Amino acid sequence: MRSSVNEARRFVLKTGAIGAAAAVLAPRLALADAKAVEAELKKLFADKVPASGRVKLDVPQIAENGLVVPVNVDIESPMTAADYVKSVHILADGNPLPGIISYSFTPECGKASAAARMRLATTQNIICVAEMSDGKLFMAKSEVKVTIGGCGG
Amino acid sequence: MSTKPTPRVRVPANAKKGELIEVKTLISHEMESGQRKDSAGKTIPRKIINTFTAEFNGKKVFEATWHPAISANPYQSFFYKAEESGEFTFKWKDDDGSVYETKNKLAVA
Repeated sequence: MRSSVNEARRFVLKTGAIGAAAAVLAPRLALADAKAVEAELKKLFADKVPASGRVKLDVPQIAENGLVVPVNVDIESPMTAADYVKSVHILADGNPLPGIISYSFTPECGKASAAARMRLATTQNIICVAEMSDGKLFMAKSEVKVTIGGCGG
Repeated sequence: MSTKPTPRVRVPANAKKGELIEVKTLISHEMESGQRKDSAGKTIPRKIINTFTAEFNGKKVFEATWHPAISANPYQSFFYKAEESGEFTFKWKDDDGSVYETKNKLAVA
């Protein structure tokens, strides 16, 4: 890390004002924000407001590498044909796009739990909304601090 | 890095009736997000696996829709309640239309 910072500094010193100006003017990556997440939720569930509880969102508090961040969800539900978790949507408010993953569960799953790995561009909130078979919504939110973003290239 | 994606799945071969089993899957895929730029500043087109489905004896039991925020070589695990013997069919759908498929047998005692 240190050496690359020094190299960058040397580069800026060498190229002088032009380099510095370019760095300032470099287009910033357009990131989604809380508004984009809200818009996405509105698209999915119209005006229904999710309640808190029943959703356990398991993400690390600090992710050293934003390229591979484990994301586990576990939703409390009997998972019977009459009462089960229909779908789960995981969104992020600091990535270029708000969507991360959407699951559809069936009563055959026995347990509404799934794990995957995601990319995070920067420190941000992860939002998880679960839709039950009766239409009720539940939500959980958790912040992940990202040391090295996963959108480089 | 564009070798043919190889799926890998771990499912127990045997289970008791009513037992909750965990299915773990992994597939090699670069999951190009469509956000990155190449050295010439051109956007590299998106190419990800957008859907993962798991069927048991032909009935869909689990589906995941993946967005570009899913890591390369995507891992996915979920649970299944074993009720009868049969076969899982796992399918990964690529943006380019190809489908990668693998099957796993499960014997329920």
